[in-house]
Amino acid sequence: MNDATTEVMSKQAPGQHDGPLVSVKDLEVSFRTLGGSVSALRGVSFDMWPGETVAIVGESGSGKSTTATALINLLPSNGMIGAGSITIDGREMVGLSQDQMASVRGKIVGYVPQDPMSNLNPVWSVGFQVEEAVRANGLAHTRKEIKSRAIEVLKEAGLADADRRMKQFPHQFSGGMRQRVLIGIGLAADPKLLIADEPTSALDVTVQKTILDHLDKLTRENHTAVLFITHDLGLAAERASKLIVMHRGKIVEAGPSVELLENPQHPYTKSLIAAAPSLASRRIRGASASSDTDAGGPDMARLAVHHHEAAEEHHISEAPVSIEVKDLTKVFSIRKGGFRTEPLTAVDKISFKVRKGSTLALVGESGSGKTTAAKMILGLEPPTSGDIIVGGTNLNGISRKAMFNLRSRMQPVFQDPYASLDPQRSIGAIIAEPLRVHGVSDRSVRLARVKELLDQVSLPESIAQRYPNELSGGQRQRVAVARALALKPEVVVLDEAVSALDVLVQAQVLQLLADLQEELGLTYLFITHDLAVVRVVADEVAVMEDGKIVETGTTDEIFERARKPYTQRLLDAIPGSGIKWAS
Amino acid sequence: MSKRSSEHYVAPVDENEQIEVDAVRLGDRRSNLWLDAWRDLRRRPLFYVALTIVAVVALAAAWPTLFTQVAPNNDCALSLSNAGPEAGHPLGYTRQGCDVYSRVVWGARTSLSVGMLVVLITAVIGIPMGAIAGFFGGKVDSILSRIGDIFFSIPYFLAAIVVMSVLADHRNVLTISFAIGGFAWASLARIVRAEVLRIKNLEYVTASTAVGRSRFSTLVGHVLPNSLTPVIVTLTIGLGAAIVAEAALSFLGIGLNTSVMSWGNDISQAQVTIKTAPMALFWPSLFLTITVLAFIMLGELIRDALDPKARARR
Repeated sequence: MNDATTEVMSKQAPGQHDGPLVSVKDLEVSFRTLGGSVSALRGVSFDMWPGETVAIVGESGSGKSTTATALINLLPSNGMIGAGSITIDGREMVGLSQDQMASVRGKIVGYVPQDPMSNLNPVWSVGFQVEEAVRANGLAHTRKEIKSRAIEVLKEAGLADADRRMKQFPHQFSGGMRQRVLIGIGLAADPKLLIADEPTSALDVTVQKTILDHLDKLTRENHTAVLFITHDLGLAAERASKLIVMHRGKIVEAGPSVELLENPQHPYTKSLIAAAPSLASRRIRGASASSDTDAGGPDMARLAVHHHEAAEEHHISEAPVSIEVKDLTKVFSIRKGGFRTEPLTAVDKISFKVRKGSTLALVGESGSGKTTAAKMILGLEPPTSGDIIVGGTNLNGISRKAMFNLRSRMQPVFQDPYASLDPQRSIGAIIAEPLRVHGVSDRSVRLARVKELLDQVSLPESIAQRYPNELSGGQRQRVAVARALALKPEVVVLDEAVSALDVLVQAQVLQLLADLQEELGLTYLFITHDLAVVRVVADEVAVMEDGKIVETGTTDEIFERARKPYTQRLLDAIPGSGIKWAS
Repeated sequence: MSKRSSEHYVAPVDENEQIEVDAVRLGDRRSNLWLDAWRDLRRRPLFYVALTIVAVVALAAAWPTLFTQVAPNNDCALSLSNAGPEAGHPLGYTRQGCDVYSRVVWGARTSLSVGMLVVLITAVIGIPMGAIAGFFGGKVDSILSRIGDIFFSIPYFLAAIVVMSVLADHRNVLTISFAIGGFAWASLARIVRAEVLRIKNLEYVTASTAVGRSRFSTLVGHVLPNSLTPVIVTLTIGLGAAIVAEAALSFLGIGLNTSVMSWGNDISQAQVTIKTAPMALFWPSLFLTITVLAFIMLGELIRDALDPKARARR
């Protein structure tokens, strides 16, 4: 009872609160694993004030999510808090029983989880799940009250037709709507602190923007403090007033967002900011085109500015056309129960050209048809109509033998570093597979080529005998690039090839791709949803929406003078687009 | 508001700590799923227990004379019917006056043969059926899966009873194995199909197709090897289950010919005297149970060893 009154008071008069809302001191967390205890947090300390928005930024494995879960005592069962203290709203959290913790969760601390697809129970209606949260937090007692409060919660979260949708199930909701429901549940009990763990990383940028805008509005109105956990520096800077940068379980730098971005002090923060692709960046060029091939690590801004002039001299417009796509269309028939099918046009009469040695970025949100287009170009999916001409050969009505030969001239690199390499093959065998398939029967020739390729992607030869699970995501992606290059193709289709990587690793792989393009004269078709990356890799851009190409142009034209509102919307939604970065 | 700390904190820079992006750090040992599973198994005492039992049973099946010099059938004397243990005959005698220990040792061959044959038959039918159905999909899948469903809907034990009743004149190891395995493959085919469906959409399979490898070669080279984890577990446990099925069929009198030495037959023949001489029933049952348990244990251990998540939990 007493608690409740103080809560109300502090809510009404936040200025009178005489201490930080959250105070973390020297927090140590470790995980028990087969190889012994692994330390995940090493002396983390920070304060959050009522109503303040703080973002913890870091790469995977930096301890950012561990920090968030430690705050509400939801660490995995093999994790434990070794030392330190966590005070939330004047109450010590370390050592609380699960029962005591349950009274804190929801009421004082709300939590919005990362993946909207898996965090709603598919067998219960959305309304039931919201009502459950309302009931658990004791916000209402009679059935009628609970229901009306649940509807209210969903309406606040931005679902205008909430009363109609209460009986619907999660699969009837889009990703963005599900995330709204989760935000609604997180905010249902009007908590003082909302922890949002990568709340929008699974969503398209435009959806991300509307959701974060809405979250901003709600939390500002209620004076709720928000702790964002994110890997996206731009998003963090745009949404939070204070940034905490974590690296290997420690806080390396913390401070007001603007100051930290404009004037980073710690070398790690500096490299992180330098590697983040942003709208201010320019096209990365290969090492051979640059005058100084230094060893300072990937630094997009510097490389880009430095070689801006070099970029101007690249006359790609006279090079021969490597890929030409004319009126390419793909219609899927979707089963609609029984024997009825419904046509779905995934790709609708798209046409473009990519010149040899250049990069075309095919950009669009999920469902825009960009991956289907890539699959058709790779000959993995038959087109419904239209022509694909790769290096002068039309894929239409091509013989099996000719298709086989054409495959050696165009190769893909896919998105998921954990699924793109066969876990049961050694790295050497994976890279040599294209050679074996294409009749290089001499083992020593294959071995020599594998060595050469590993060298090209800057991996040590010794990993040829190793297996994919011993490598990091970025290294696996480099192996995938090596495999794609094994047959010396002209065209490489990169389907979200860097989307799953942390920013420093991403910058490194992008630099590698630029170097290889320069060195081998490769033509890239770069499929991505990430416009910031497009800025640094592409010569030309084609924007897709609902299966159609809505706008094409050079990268500079698109980014500086977008003509179509859709393109402009995409550009505006890039997190951190309005922020001045340190350079 | 003045208390709000908004100072710019910078952690002390460790000069020795180089910020190297994504450096390759290899362990001193090669590691993949199978190597890791093997390393895990070698650390587990239960694995050795199960392996020892399986090895002993396998030895007895291959060279029964290593364990007993007493002939299991020839020296039977009705005067010794259900007699208790004595020197050289540690487990006593059956109703026919034969040495129980000797019969149990010789019976291992039958049980293990049936078990292995059933596993072989299940694998030979089930893996291709499931793999082809899952990988090629469409009409092929519809046809193969419906055939599987038909077999799946018939309880394999019931089917085996019918088959063995019809084949009354040919009750040997081969027919009983076909009777059991011929109906048990459908569940394996389902498991394989599900696994193949999951794996065929992974990017390394697409990459293999994009290189120009034929569909069939991709199935054999990439998809199947990666679908085998649940298959191995199912088959190991299935081997135990097949031994039980043989014993049960023999017990019902429609399994192996009574002249064939098997644990099932011995149990069947000893049931008549269960009250007066329970030990003649007990010993073959015990060996049967221990053997089956060993195979099931082995299957469970392999399942855990092949699942990195289960490994981490322990």
